[in-house]
Amino acid sequence: MSRIHVTANVNGDEVEFLADPRETLLDCLRDHLGLTGSKEGCGTGDCGACSVTLNGRLVSSCLVLGVEAQGAEIATIEGMAKDGDLHPLQRKFVEHAALQCGFCTPGFLVAAKALLERNPDPTETEIRFWLAGNLCRCTGYDKIIRAVQDAAAEMRGAA
Amino acid sequence: MAKDEITKGYTWIGTTPDRPDGLDKVTGRARYGADFSLPNMLHGAVVRSPHAHARIVKIDATKALALTGVKAVVTRADLPTGLTGEDLYLQENTLAGEKALYDGHAVAAVAATTALIAQDAAKLIEVEYEVLPHVTDVDEAMKPDAPVILPGCADHSVPEGSAPNVARYIDFGRGDLDAGFAEADVVRSAHYTTEATHQGYIEPHAAVGQMGADGKGEMWVCTQGQWYIRKMCSAVLGTDPAQLRVTPSEIGGGFGGKTTIFMEPLPLALSKKAGGRPVKMVMTRAEVLRATGPTASASMDVKMGMKKDGTITAARVDFRMQGGPFPGASPVGEALSCAFACYDIPNLGHHGWEVLANRPKCAAYRAPGSPMAAYAVESMVDELCRELGLDPIEVRLKNGVKEGTRASFGPKYKRIGLVETLEAAKAHPNYAVELGPNQGRGVASGFWFNHGGETSVSMAITEDGTAQVSVGTPDIGGSRASIALMAAETLGIPYENVRVNIVETGALGVNEPTHGSRATFASGKAMWEAAQGAIKEMCKRAAQKWDIDPEAVTWKDGAAHPAGENAGKFEPMTIKEIAAEMGKTGGPISGHHESTPSGAGPSFGTHVVDVEVDPETGHTKVLRYLVVQDAGTAIHPAYVEGQYQGGAAQGIGWALNEAYIYGQDGRLQNPIFLDYRMPVASDLPMIDTVIVEVPNPGHPFGVRGVGETGITPPLPALANAIHAATGARLRKLPMNPPAVLAAIRAKG
Amino acid sequence: MVEVNLWSGLRKFTDGAEVVEVEAKTVGQVLDALIEAHPGLGPVIEAGVSVAVDGEVVTGGRQMPVAPDSEVFLMQQIKGG
Repeated sequence: MSRIHVTANVNGDEVEFLADPRETLLDCLRDHLGLTGSKEGCGTGDCGACSVTLNGRLVSSCLVLGVEAQGAEIATIEGMAKDGDLHPLQRKFVEHAALQCGFCTPGFLVAAKALLERNPDPTETEIRFWLAGNLCRCTGYDKIIRAVQDAAAEMRGAA
Repeated sequence: MAKDEITKGYTWIGTTPDRPDGLDKVTGRARYGADFSLPNMLHGAVVRSPHAHARIVKIDATKALALTGVKAVVTRADLPTGLTGEDLYLQENTLAGEKALYDGHAVAAVAATTALIAQDAAKLIEVEYEVLPHVTDVDEAMKPDAPVILPGCADHSVPEGSAPNVARYIDFGRGDLDAGFAEADVVRSAHYTTEATHQGYIEPHAAVGQMGADGKGEMWVCTQGQWYIRKMCSAVLGTDPAQLRVTPSEIGGGFGGKTTIFMEPLPLALSKKAGGRPVKMVMTRAEVLRATGPTASASMDVKMGMKKDGTITAARVDFRMQGGPFPGASPVGEALSCAFACYDIPNLGHHGWEVLANRPKCAAYRAPGSPMAAYAVESMVDELCRELGLDPIEVRLKNGVKEGTRASFGPKYKRIGLVETLEAAKAHPNYAVELGPNQGRGVASGFWFNHGGETSVSMAITEDGTAQVSVGTPDIGGSRASIALMAAETLGIPYENVRVNIVETGALGVNEPTHGSRATFASGKAMWEAAQGAIKEMCKRAAQKWDIDPEAVTWKDGAAHPAGENAGKFEPMTIKEIAAEMGKTGGPISGHHESTPSGAGPSFGTHVVDVEVDPETGHTKVLRYLVVQDAGTAIHPAYVEGQYQGGAAQGIGWALNEAYIYGQDGRLQNPIFLDYRMPVASDLPMIDTVIVEVPNPGHPFGVRGVGETGITPPLPALANAIHAATGARLRKLPMNPPAVLAAIRAKG
Repeated sequence: MVEVNLWSGLRKFTDGAEVVEVEAKTVGQVLDALIEAHPGLGPVIEAGVSVAVDGEVVTGGRQMPVAPDSEVFLMQQIKGG
């Protein structure tokens, strides 16, 4: 099958790649752009390990076709730290031991960042429901929720 | 928990610094199994049986091989013959031989220039099957007329005349059961069943393998144990293990499921056939659920006798567990040994049957066998407590094992902490919260042995006075941090000055995987021994400089000191000073240690859960959850808590929702995460923890493994809580809303 | 002599005895002596068992010492997750 030329903006960089029409955005990020921070845990949109934002909207990149990224702005885990400074969520995840194996972590961070941009002061329940599309098998979620709460508090304080 | 509550004169142990691999893991830099690629790499795909049990009549790969980009196809005919025992079963599981034995069993594999071409080619491989009758249920598989899965599977232990799918029979016990039951005021028996569940790690199995015609190869793979991968792949392929170098990637969860091989030999076999080009293979989630991991399903009978004062007089279990189509995979032996491990009971009987069925080959799953056993036994203890009006914690305290008690499985316990966990649970505020309507509280305890295992560690002093530690146990949940803390403590240098590397098979002697809750225990213990070697050498270098006897030098606070006044008056020589000169004072300084350490201390835990059950829907909401467990010594308390919380969450999933669902056709009906429903964040409350510390005398810092016990108590604790809330006793897992609703209605 | 406690399922290989006495100074010698005295135990021991000496499981430690008054138990082999 002939491949389609796609140009997009990923984490602020202009990129281009050739996508097989069957390839997902996740495949393209990982295999064509070398951005392996987004993970495939299920391929069916159930685990959230591949979470990215597409034109500002949180999506499972395994449910988006690579060719749909034409002209889009995409943000992945690799763009979360700015100029070497970690995002507060990244710092708080490490501080709170909110990761064990770390495989789901990029997806949680991208999803939590999208939450805090919409709702800077979410309740525990709001955090739990927002992150219900991200599976973690190691932590039981406790420390993840606390890390998000703590990051949100710090970001509100800094604002 | 504040540092000063838990440290015992330690500088580093008991603190909670950032983990050394934290930055890599929050920035997406950490490289997991599927993140690795090589130049000129091919991609593999697997053809899997759609039948639960079928004779393979013919495999025709002509059309697949004709597809542009396809470089190699392997079938069982490409693998060596003559293997026996577990090696044969691993090979059978890697690629089916005469018969496909379960839905999802691998039949052939293909390598092509892209993953998409490989997937297309897999569809073009034509397999002709003769479908055979199948059996997936454990009790059905034990019937005399059940379809025979592996003729002659029974080993020496199986009594004459047993059903053909019984592979192993175990019985042990003590005392006089009849007399024990006669002494009891109440004797009850009941039947309990649990369904198979999957470890559910979020990272699918992935590997890049390369092997030339000369049999030399390399592999990059997500695994709990790189040496096991090396040994098992070599056995399956008939190659020399020493010629295969296996590098573990970061690992996205394992929980026992990555202690063995599934597709891992296939990239090597394909590579060899494709002229040595590296081959990458990544499983889909459906492949993971259909063909890897799961734990056993169980059918269990429990009979127990109790006096009015709560004394347990006698107990017997009969456990039947299927572990898939090959002998040796079912954890029935472990289940029996764990069944009454928490109790001091004079009269005991244990009987177990390992049964083959047309299901995937079981792998270890966190405290293998113990959660099922606990579900049956701890539910029964609760039933007796309720019937006699006794407090469940008091009854456990009355019968609980302690130092010197003869364990149900034979030997006497050394220092253990069950009683301490019960006391802490009783004293916790959660145990005093008043409950409302439709709410109930459940209590259960749990046990896991823990394990030492083959271990090899080395420590090298770096030129700048820092230390690097090479360990062979992959870091699943923060063991780099715990080993670095222990190394800092041992050497007397800052935590940040220790670098812990998880190394490939060529860098150390054999290490067993990160399993049996052993990484922090065994690699930690071996690190301590290795550090003693390095310290001895550093003391020698100082003695040399001071021109005194090496025995007259001691090590403290990161420096060599004269042992006393008589040794002479010298300024302490720091590790930094010694390291800076080591090239000129005798060469590099390192220490290493190899052993199969004993002294693994069992870890006991007690959980308390409050639930609210919706009487209209049968839905169980977990209101609050408490884990109390003995860690021996908590090296990095935050990661100890993480193990407790993660274990509890997995147990909650097993109790309330997760299950393998097979159709009449023997096919797995829920091979995706939408239908294999693991707990998500909105299903759970915060999980409260209490770390009990009863130091393990078998470890220099008192460590007990903490990884596994936590999955054990949730199954019965939730059953007991649901009973308390509804009056309905659920003796079958999962206790999902339809099951709970039916049980409430059946009660009337 | 060291007393070795077997699990009851092994009695059929030991003429009904659940405790067997052997001459041994290490775990390895215990296992070898058991097989020599009761060849039926061979396949069981070869397949893998756990040995507990004075309450400590010493799997894989054939060199571990055993004293005449040690409490030795043969147990089902334990795997971990």
